[in-house]
Amino acid sequence: MSRAHKLLRTRVVATVSAVAALGLVVGCSGGDGDGGTGGGVKDGEVTITMGLFGVMGYKETGLLDQYMKENPNVRIEAEVAGDEQTYYTALQTHLAAGSGLKDIQGIEIGRAKELADTQAAKFTDLSGVKGADHFLPWKLSQVTAKDDKVIGFGTDIGPMAVCYRKDMFEQAGLPTDREEVAELWEGDWSKYVEAGKEFKKGTKNDKVAFMDSASGLFNAMIYGNSEQFYNESGELIYQDNPAVTEAWKLAAEAGGTGLTAKLRQFQPGWDPGLANSTFATAVCPAWMLGHISEKAGPANKGKWDVAKAPKGANWGGSFLGVIDKSPVKEEAKKLVAWLTAPEQQESIFKKLGNFPSSQEALKAPAVTDAKSEYFSDAPIGKIFGEAAQEIPDKQVLGRKDGTIKDIFSQGLTLIESQGKSPDEAWKDTEDRIKKATG
Amino acid sequence: MATSLPTTRTGERERPRQRRRTLLHRLDLRGAPYAFITPFFVVFAAFSFYPLVYTAWISLHRVELATMNVMEWVAFDNYTALWQDERFWNALLNTLTLGVLSTVPQLMTALGLAHLLNYRLRGSTFFRVAAITPYATSVGAAALVFTMLFERDFGMINWMLSLVGVDNVDWENNKWAAQTAISTIVIWRWTGYNALLYLAAMQAVPRDRYEAAAIDGASRWQQFVSVTIPGIRSTIVFTIVLSTIGATQLFGEPLIFGQGPMGVTGGADNQYQTLGLLLYEEGWKNYQMGRAATVAWVMFLLLILVFVVQRVVKRLASRRASSVRTS
Repeated sequence: MSRAHKLLRTRVVATVSAVAALGLVVGCSGGDGDGGTGGGVKDGEVTITMGLFGVMGYKETGLLDQYMKENPNVRIEAEVAGDEQTYYTALQTHLAAGSGLKDIQGIEIGRAKELADTQAAKFTDLSGVKGADHFLPWKLSQVTAKDDKVIGFGTDIGPMAVCYRKDMFEQAGLPTDREEVAELWEGDWSKYVEAGKEFKKGTKNDKVAFMDSASGLFNAMIYGNSEQFYNESGELIYQDNPAVTEAWKLAAEAGGTGLTAKLRQFQPGWDPGLANSTFATAVCPAWMLGHISEKAGPANKGKWDVAKAPKGANWGGSFLGVIDKSPVKEEAKKLVAWLTAPEQQESIFKKLGNFPSSQEALKAPAVTDAKSEYFSDAPIGKIFGEAAQEIPDKQVLGRKDGTIKDIFSQGLTLIESQGKSPDEAWKDTEDRIKKATG
Repeated sequence: MATSLPTTRTGERERPRQRRRTLLHRLDLRGAPYAFITPFFVVFAAFSFYPLVYTAWISLHRVELATMNVMEWVAFDNYTALWQDERFWNALLNTLTLGVLSTVPQLMTALGLAHLLNYRLRGSTFFRVAAITPYATSVGAAALVFTMLFERDFGMINWMLSLVGVDNVDWENNKWAAQTAISTIVIWRWTGYNALLYLAAMQAVPRDRYEAAAIDGASRWQQFVSVTIPGIRSTIVFTIVLSTIGATQLFGEPLIFGQGPMGVTGGADNQYQTLGLLLYEEGWKNYQMGRAATVAWVMFLLLILVFVVQRVVKRLASRRASSVRTS
């Protein structure tokens, strides 16, 4: 081979490799960077992507399939994360990077304030959407940003009750009828803990605990108040808020005296606990019924029942928001409005128990007369409907509500499973909240 | 003059051409290698060097993930805060203990396994493939399965322990139990990989050394200690370096082992929080990117420190060895 030839070849190779390298770099930085959300329109077919978590019910009850059937040109791709913390972490990262987002994103109530405060610009304003004036007024106010922009539509709300095992109550010598059970702890959460002590004394099976986790009790107690971790002007007040300190004291007592099964809700250890019947009660917001019946399985059908909680509260409830940069924004808006419309909320409630946030759906007989077959035919429409009445009209949300809630359940685990004293655990919790918020 | 003009002209015309050619030749000779390695360095600059520098820049600021555009200059405050943060020292210690708990048994077992595989045995290919299988499993899958095995109430390991009369161990909430469980995942995944590295090295050890040792009456064990180990010393050092880097970056196993929010903090009491998890907690639970970047940089500096110390030790060792030889 002549030298010129060789020279040419090396030069070609060098140029090609340099260009290839550059292409690689450029290719990587381009890509999703400019707001691709996975959805789009191709050959007249509209693809809408959704990011969901937990059991929001759209995939589970076949509503998405129904929508696709009614709108043949629409294809919906929903991705459901089991754990909300994991889901939200990914959502935050995607929002910050401006890539990897879905057209529609679920928003948990604990994150609503943070998203409305810091990320409102990245969501579409839903306030103008027609036929969407049926929500409970406080529900939408929770996702309304400062400039009256509504960044999401409400899915469900979380009125609470106590789910309990009739067979275990009977064994422990406690009443089993849901009215009588409700009377056991009427009006005061500390009576619930007292009932737990009775239960512990009466039960013969030492593998069965009274309640699943201390954090369940803690959450149930704090969410009955207008103000929890933050006050209206956004200052942290949990240290002096009696709602929080009292809930902590009682939950710490329950956790420290062996009334709990030392489980963590929605973490994998909890599900085998449900399946193998290791606890007799769980404070259950309406949306938890679906999870319990699914994980406790057909073997435990009819053993569970639902009784009124000592006090009303709103625990949880979510929203659906539309990403502003979505190429199928209008279609996504339509889908969100449809999914959160009264009829669909009714249907999800009937199938899964997620309680409607739509005033219209709340009044529908299908909701008010609903009974749950799995939970011994408990009149869940009536129980949760009444509980919903007790939800404080004003609920102050804070920016780091979700994170603080997690830190508190971590603090209670210190007492439950690691034998720390409540004082020590409180100190650790305070330190962690300082780190997380500062 | 007039006659010499054309010649000089052609000469002058010739010379640049020749010069150009030699320049090209020199470029080819000197430049081509650089061109060939450019892709790596371009990628390196874009994906390693730039992030490194940018991370350093972020670590000097107070900035939250949700609002990355709002940065507040705090100089080295993040570093001094980290120095005074007991979580950092706790994480550092955990990284160290988890590293020792997983690396030492792992390399020992790998060495033994490689020694066994090095014998002539039936189905040796099967055993070698079997040894590498755990390495091919994803961290997530492995950690999830082990987490289920180590579950407190209905896990298989506690069930087996109960057969011999041991009470349920709360694998997650007991510090040493948790660290043992996590180390088990690491050991399971990496032992076979290291064993194959050792095996490759062992097969390069000349057979006649073993024969000589055998003639001298050395037992299998003596052969292993005085022929095999010295023969694969450099591979052993290599695996130690690899495992140390791996141990410093330990992240996926403890994160999945803890499941959900508890994994992010490395347990309720941070009993198995490694530096990698601390970074993740700061960045993706507290959303404090400045502090997360600080942890990242401190981890980087720690690795450099480990590397330097290792070099110094090696140099001292070889100097001593040579002085022994000369004396």
